[in-house]
Amino acid sequence: MLPEKRAHELERRAHRRRSIDRWFGRLGMVLTLTTLGILAVLLLNLAVNGLSRIDWHFLTSFPSRRAAEAGILSAWVGTLLLMIVTASVAIPFGIAAGIYLEEYAPKNRWTDFIEINIANLAGVPSILYGLMALGLFVYSFRFGQSILSGGLALACLVLPIVIVATRESLRSIPAMIREAAFALGATRWQAVWHHLLPYSTGGIATGVILAMSRAIGESAPLITIGALTFIAFLPPPALHSTPPFVSFEWLFSPYSALPIQMFNWVSRPGEEFQANAAAAGLVLMVITLSMNGAAILIRRRAQRNITW
Amino acid sequence: MASAFVAPGRRLDKGVEALMVWILRIGGWASVLVTFGIIVTLVTESAPFFAKVPLIRLVKDTMWTPLFSEPQYGIGALLAGTMVTTLVALSVAVPLGTILAIYLSEFAPSRFRELVKPMLELLSAVPTVVYGYFALLALTPLLQKIYPDLPQFSMLSAGLIMGIMIVPYVTSLGEDSMRSVPMLLREGAYALGDGKLGVAVRVVFPGAFSGLAAAYVLAISRAVGETMIVAIAAGLQPRMTINPLESAATVTAFIVQVSLGDLPHGSIGYQSIFVAGAMLFLLTLGFNLAGHGLRKKFHRAS
Repeated sequence: MLPEKRAHELERRAHRRRSIDRWFGRLGMVLTLTTLGILAVLLLNLAVNGLSRIDWHFLTSFPSRRAAEAGILSAWVGTLLLMIVTASVAIPFGIAAGIYLEEYAPKNRWTDFIEINIANLAGVPSILYGLMALGLFVYSFRFGQSILSGGLALACLVLPIVIVATRESLRSIPAMIREAAFALGATRWQAVWHHLLPYSTGGIATGVILAMSRAIGESAPLITIGALTFIAFLPPPALHSTPPFVSFEWLFSPYSALPIQMFNWVSRPGEEFQANAAAAGLVLMVITLSMNGAAILIRRRAQRNITW
Repeated sequence: MASAFVAPGRRLDKGVEALMVWILRIGGWASVLVTFGIIVTLVTESAPFFAKVPLIRLVKDTMWTPLFSEPQYGIGALLAGTMVTTLVALSVAVPLGTILAIYLSEFAPSRFRELVKPMLELLSAVPTVVYGYFALLALTPLLQKIYPDLPQFSMLSAGLIMGIMIVPYVTSLGEDSMRSVPMLLREGAYALGDGKLGVAVRVVFPGAFSGLAAAYVLAISRAVGETMIVAIAAGLQPRMTINPLESAATVTAFIVQVSLGDLPHGSIGYQSIFVAGAMLFLLTLGFNLAGHGLRKKFHRAS
């Protein structure tokens, strides 16, 4: 081939490559925005159908056979109480497990096994936690179809999230911090408590918020343990005016929860109930999306404030 | 003597240390206990079922109607639903997720990427019951305009939305693994005259393949185990079909459907959901272990 012709050919190819790259760049941008657009459409759809239903009455009323009078009082109280149980189990156990695996555990087969086990747990379908809770908590431990059973099921479900977040934020702390602490005579726990935990608070907090947001939106495990019933009452109060002042009776109370209430309304025929479902969905979305947003902000700030 | 210099609080420190090791270790064991709890529950609660029903009927029967007076136990009818919805979801999530991963890792300006990544993650944070609502009441009517014969409940609609839900799983893990491919390899290919897309497809994609494969496998596991979207939008009738335009129950939807009714402890209905659960556990366990292995391989390689 003549030199000029070859040069021309090469230039043509380079040109074509550049235009392919440009096209792919545009395609990627369009697909990214489309995917995010679906989220926007989803929110918009909920808002259009449900926003008019959200008022004080909706937040302070029990579910009802008449769609226009129904509200989410028992649902959001139930969700709140479930989260108290879930958080008080998943957070301490998750953080403890994370610290143990990252800072204490010897490298051996047992540790490898725990590691694989956590990776698998993170991928176990949520409904299986419901089946476990049904067989174990509801029937074997006789907790019944209660807030305690539901909260424990959700705690097991989000445990891996807390563990992984704790481990990752501990792992990102350079070894020199530990070495400096040990050099000054700190025990392992002192190094963890005084140095490593303060540095990893941001990462752990992010993980905990994400875990809670996941738990708030879960409905499958709660349905398997029989939460889908008509609940038009609140669990007994935890505080009393007479001794012993505190009561844990609420733990054993039947309950409803926001996603459960929404599922109930979705599966009913009739546009009014669907409007209720949209309204409940909107409340759920606002809660979970703002928790996720908070988690992102905390992670950003934690990353910005620490320079090793 | 050296011991004379031991600080006064030292013995207490040692005691606290020993106590904390045990507390933390118990935390580590808790996760094993949960797995143990799941396995033991699935085995003990489904065992009576297998005592009554010969295993062969699970394969031989063509319908899954354990609650009928003349019950059939063809679990294939449930698996078909799970398979179809999963395939529909993957046909959205794998191409879309991969293109987004390539775009974000190789093409997008870094500020755009940092802005978009957390927003994409929000897609997997949406409660699944909300997705179910969206599939049933927004997507299905839309699809019915294009294809009027589509029933109110269809595996297509549920699968498509499920695909959107798992896009972030593919994208975020895929993008991580692509970005960890060494710059040197890219520069070598550029020096040989390849374009951006060529480098992405011929160098970065193969280099990141174990990470991407892990992302795909974990996406399958998600799709197989997803419950609320299919329970709401794909229908609750078990049906031996591979046509996504029909309605059919998945393994997970069946568990929901039975749970919605009255469920006496020890009844055949009660046992059958644990059989379905055991099936589900085995399926996802396989995918989760494969995904974990692939992910470890990618971490070692990078």
